[in-house]
Amino acid sequence: METTEKYHFEVVRWFSVAAVIYLVVGTLVGVYVASELAWPFLNFDIPYLTFGRLRPLHTNAVIFAFGGCVLMATAYYVVQRTCAVKLWSNGLAWFTFWGWNLIIVGAVITLPLGLTQGKEYAELEWPIDIAIALVWVAYTVNFVMTIANRKSSHIYVANWFFLGMMIMITYLHVVNSLAIPVGMFKSYSIFSGVQDAMIQWWWGHNAVGFYLTAGFLGIMYYFVPKQANRPIFSYRLSVIHFWALMFGYVWLGAHHLQYTALPDWTGSLGAAVSLAMIIPSWGGAVNGMMTLSGAWDKLRTDYVLRFLIASLAFYAMSTFEGPVMSIKTVNALSHYTDWTIGHVHSGALGWVGMVAAGALYHLFTRLWKTEMYSPKLVNTHFWLATIGTVIYIVAMWISGIMQGLMWRDYDEFGTLTYTFAESVAAMHPYYAMRAVGGFLYMLGGVVMLYNVVMTIRQASTNPSASAEPARA
Amino acid sequence: MADKIYSTKLQDTLERNIWALILMVAFVLSIGGIVEIVPLFYLKNTFEHTKHPEIVWDRKDGQTLADWQPGDGIRPYTALELAGRDVYVREGCYLCHSQMVRPFRDEKERYGHYSLASESMYDHPFQWGSKRTGPDLARLGGKYSDIWHVKHLIAPRSVVPESVMPNYPWLAENPVDSDTIADHMRGMQALGVPYTEADIAAAAESVTGKTEMDAMVAYLQVLGTMAKLDYGVTYRE
Repeated sequence: METTEKYHFEVVRWFSVAAVIYLVVGTLVGVYVASELAWPFLNFDIPYLTFGRLRPLHTNAVIFAFGGCVLMATAYYVVQRTCAVKLWSNGLAWFTFWGWNLIIVGAVITLPLGLTQGKEYAELEWPIDIAIALVWVAYTVNFVMTIANRKSSHIYVANWFFLGMMIMITYLHVVNSLAIPVGMFKSYSIFSGVQDAMIQWWWGHNAVGFYLTAGFLGIMYYFVPKQANRPIFSYRLSVIHFWALMFGYVWLGAHHLQYTALPDWTGSLGAAVSLAMIIPSWGGAVNGMMTLSGAWDKLRTDYVLRFLIASLAFYAMSTFEGPVMSIKTVNALSHYTDWTIGHVHSGALGWVGMVAAGALYHLFTRLWKTEMYSPKLVNTHFWLATIGTVIYIVAMWISGIMQGLMWRDYDEFGTLTYTFAESVAAMHPYYAMRAVGGFLYMLGGVVMLYNVVMTIRQASTNPSASAEPARA
Repeated sequence: MADKIYSTKLQDTLERNIWALILMVAFVLSIGGIVEIVPLFYLKNTFEHTKHPEIVWDRKDGQTLADWQPGDGIRPYTALELAGRDVYVREGCYLCHSQMVRPFRDEKERYGHYSLASESMYDHPFQWGSKRTGPDLARLGGKYSDIWHVKHLIAPRSVVPESVMPNYPWLAENPVDSDTIADHMRGMQALGVPYTEADIAAAAESVTGKTEMDAMVAYLQVLGTMAKLDYGVTYRE
């Protein structure tokens, strides 16, 4: 197939299938750790299964395994289509595929063994960090060189967003992972205390802001117009959206450290920029949604488009919630509680997961030149994902706000009303509810995986029946 | 058609030239980080001990870590405490426990004096945490007996029925690795933690025969007890 194709798509196919597999694996681990908080016997006194070791596996699996494969599949696809040239180096693209998957295998082995740098979302130990840097730079170089070879005069907007993500993640990963090795799989961060905290959250928030937002906005800017078969609503809005996002997001990390030992000026600066970020974020969401203007009826029949548009609704919601949570008085209540977890998941499940699913379904039909095996199952996936997300975030809103209120509650004698343990006990029903929401979301992933496997089988066993339908 | 400019001249140039776009994006992306992070390394008021030097242990020549008494001031962890801290990081305790008390009335009553930046200046990496599925541990030291901690770590629900913490029975069985502890301290020393050669030379022997449970309890019992903080003093504006 490879030799006859106009573009290097085989590596995109592999990344796309890997992404769906990691969606199931990552959410499965998520459901398991969520269940451990509701029913702690599930830790089974086995070190490798404890919450503290599996939770990093969950975050790494969904962010880097699932998210990474989606970003590589889509960036390689979009850059070829929009530049009308093949990838600069097919070999380098395959290097990123095998390199990235090897890194994921490394994570699956080392994290349950407790080999960790102890920094959230940057747990992997130094040898794996070096491998990540190498693969990431290879990915970036291949992407940039493909653009340099392009046949079109202008660089399409989706590629700006991918590029911004690649540069920023290089900065973040390299600086935040700086550590001094004291053993083959043990190292200490070269930073300490307050500086380490600021650098970690500069990384932490921008892993969200660039990896999971800018990168996936690149996906939005290509796949929403493509699937809707209409041009993007406003070019000007995309220019503003892009530069405001590139400039602004970087400042937000400090809002994770309000009222801590971080100097007050830093936290306040982070909060002020966070509030301002509502504007570009909503500009971007509007830009995506209004692309459908005049063709809203497509949502009734096109389930893939449903994923894309619902994801923008969640994007708008969580980019409103985020700035609200960064306001100092709100943060005083929400920090350290489940509200944060709920906020992250409204972004991760609602925005990232759904826009990725929409883009992947689009990719499967184009890459295998076929229709999905079952459009009905796409719809089933959509509803499982939507309902699962809503249950999850509602559970975390209630538990988070309850925690915040219980911890600071005083009785009529001026003493603390609740012990900490009482607040833990009060969380049980919501932890159970969250596990159910997560389970539904995972079930959606399983439905997707089944549908994808059947689609590929159908395309390969009966190529005549899967001739590409006429499309613009 | 391709020559028409749809936006500003600058934007159009960037859209046509990948190298210019890369430079511009790389520049814009670096501003926020530089403004927020770099000053933390040189602004003196980032740390409280510049104004209140008494909160850091003033170690005299020839003194060992064993000469330190609770309240003498912030000091590097002993070999056993550092081994405990390594276990704390390995087990991912920071994912459910913060070590950062905020300056609120309820946190003061529940946990104690708010945390200072100076208190974690030897913490590579920091362990402030971001979530309180369990309570904050920044001022845990001295609140419970060693025996309580052992019972609690082996079976948390035997002492706190509402707890959702995993059991950690293997801590009592695993010996502390006395071969690596000196290397770990040397790594810390290279990063600026003031360990003396004598501290490192004595490290292996001081953890020989100890279990990870001993190390963990030693670490938990020193948390928040190093500096004697005075409620009458304003350490942070």
